[in-house]
Amino acid sequence: MVFSSTTLRRTVATSVVTVTLAFGPLLSAIAQTISLSGAGATFPEPLYQRYFAEFQKKNPGIQVNYQGIGSGGGIKQMTAGTVDFAASDTAMTDKEAAEVERGVVFVPTAGGPVAAVYNLPGVSQSLKLSQEVLPAIFAGQITRWNDPKIAADNPGVNLPDRPIRLAVRADSSGTTFIFTNALSAMDPYFKGRVGADKAPRWPGRPLSAKGNPGVAQTVKRTPFTIGYVEASFANENQLQTALVENEKGAYVAPTIENANRALENVEFDPDFRVDFEKLGAPADGYPITGLTWMMVYKQYPDAAKADAVKKLVQYSLTEGQALNDDLTYTEIPDEVAQQVIQAVNSTVTTGGSASR
Amino acid sequence: MKEPLETARSPSRAGISLFHPSPEAELNITTTSRWDLWLEQGFTWLLCGFALSTVVLLFWISWVIYQQARPAIQEYGLGFLWSQDWDVAGLAFGALPYIYGTLVSSAIALLIAVPVGLAVAIVTSENFLPLAVRSPLGFLVELIAAIPSVIIGLWGLFVLIPVLRPVQQVLYDYFKWTPLFSTEPFGPGLLTAGVILAIMILPTMAAISREVLLAVPQELRSASMSLGATRWETIFSLLLPAGVSGILGAAMLALGRALGETMAVTMVIGNSPYISASLLDAGYTIPALLANEFPEALEGLHIGALMYLALILFAITLLVNIAAVLLVWLIGLQRGMVLNR
Repeated sequence: MVFSSTTLRRTVATSVVTVTLAFGPLLSAIAQTISLSGAGATFPEPLYQRYFAEFQKKNPGIQVNYQGIGSGGGIKQMTAGTVDFAASDTAMTDKEAAEVERGVVFVPTAGGPVAAVYNLPGVSQSLKLSQEVLPAIFAGQITRWNDPKIAADNPGVNLPDRPIRLAVRADSSGTTFIFTNALSAMDPYFKGRVGADKAPRWPGRPLSAKGNPGVAQTVKRTPFTIGYVEASFANENQLQTALVENEKGAYVAPTIENANRALENVEFDPDFRVDFEKLGAPADGYPITGLTWMMVYKQYPDAAKADAVKKLVQYSLTEGQALNDDLTYTEIPDEVAQQVIQAVNSTVTTGGSASR
Repeated sequence: MKEPLETARSPSRAGISLFHPSPEAELNITTTSRWDLWLEQGFTWLLCGFALSTVVLLFWISWVIYQQARPAIQEYGLGFLWSQDWDVAGLAFGALPYIYGTLVSSAIALLIAVPVGLAVAIVTSENFLPLAVRSPLGFLVELIAAIPSVIIGLWGLFVLIPVLRPVQQVLYDYFKWTPLFSTEPFGPGLLTAGVILAIMILPTMAAISREVLLAVPQELRSASMSLGATRWETIFSLLLPAGVSGILGAAMLALGRALGETMAVTMVIGNSPYISASLLDAGYTIPALLANEFPEALEGLHIGALMYLALILFAITLLVNIAAVLLVWLIGLQRGMVLNR
């Protein structure tokens, strides 16, 4: 009532013109480009955002969107068919893969170390944690910092007489899986008590927080805690990082070099998944190292989309790999990468003519 | 451009004339134009519709939550309320640690916020401070309500926890023989969450109590003073008893907010799903659990268990509100009996 019809008409006209001007090019651009949407793991998210930005510069006709909603969420959306590709730090189990109607190809893209981080005021040198001690701490068998078992590995370090608080993930997480998988390989008691899982039941009243940043903050802010985060988060937050004993008995830091060494002898299955028990117990290098996968469908509704996916995989495993090191991720070995590209090129097809 | 301008002006004049009737129409109050009548009725219906839609929304939300919670309700029944398991991988769920954490952190908050809030209300409603100090003070306390809870949570993480840590250490050193302070402190925990919540509900408590105290008739104060009561006697034996129902209402409203608070609590309570008698230990609240686990919940039973918890939280707040109404009613009843005697 307050507006006269002129005002109203003018407003509408202006709005229509503005909207057309603003979105017109966008709409026509969308009409011309192929859009790929993906979702899943948060661990490789910074890497993928970089991949896709670079990829788009080289292929202006293809637009890629990625949302980091967690490995579990990625698997869920892949099964529901609401995305064009997904990502997960645990790949998929056989059961999960069987539920994807359009079939799934696994594309390993990167790996990385998970650091054991702690907050011990007054201790300046890096703690050494053996294959016996680290799982015992996280299984609730060692509960105080001045436990003789910790002291035995760290002569000369003034360990405080304080209880150990665990800091773990509150959400279901691929990082947790990588960490618990490695600790399960180190210690049968840990395997029985906690086990390799994305959201296990921790002993000893742990503090928990959401995401890698949440755990990093908790450890940084709370004295006498110990937790685990992707190594890049440990560096970013300048957290105290433990040296972990590997199979060879050496105490190693979670660096890219050590992670690469751990992944050197990883044997990929014919479908490019891995034996997680073996991944959790590398012969050399940093013992808590994980991999992350992109997952694409075997069948796509149209040829343009199938081609775009092939191009994306090709880019990620060739030029993209060069970016891994910058962002503190490990690279996938060349020969494996070539095999994956071949597999994707030969198996990814268009809907009707697909032979599964 | 000119032509539509001209044509468009006449209807707009007609529109304006509705609200600014000509002088002769102003005098005529016996007949209402059909247009006015229609407008009035339409407006009434519109308002009724809005009012009703909020109620419908409430029932709709409850229904959706109930539907989603059904798998867990069928699986666990009422046993969910006192089971302490929470194992996502093994699909075993229990609510007790979360209910405990929610209730205890809110109770601590209320224990701190009620006396402090009342103190603020008394100071800002009485006249022992000059008005120039009183009104900014009241205003500033109310301003706390405008701070987003994430900001309060961050403040808690960076400022409050380091401040509280030595206090917790003293509590532990001197009172570790009581179960309440029996665990070694580390910063985050039930006590910290309670303090954060107390700060967040303080404005609610203070603002409403202040209005209640101001509403006590001036004559009552004058009468009390003239009988020789000191200011403190007047406050404690007249103002507070007179305003007790309003103050209780304020406390219940504050409690309602404390029960549902998510972000700030998630950041400082430690998120540990165990029951501990010690206030220095970490805990977990229902809203914090929902915020942390819902986005990654995949299994139907897991989602069901989370929704069941949401339903429980809903029931708790409902019970708190009902209790508040009953309390106010009982106090009114008692006072009536006293007067009748």
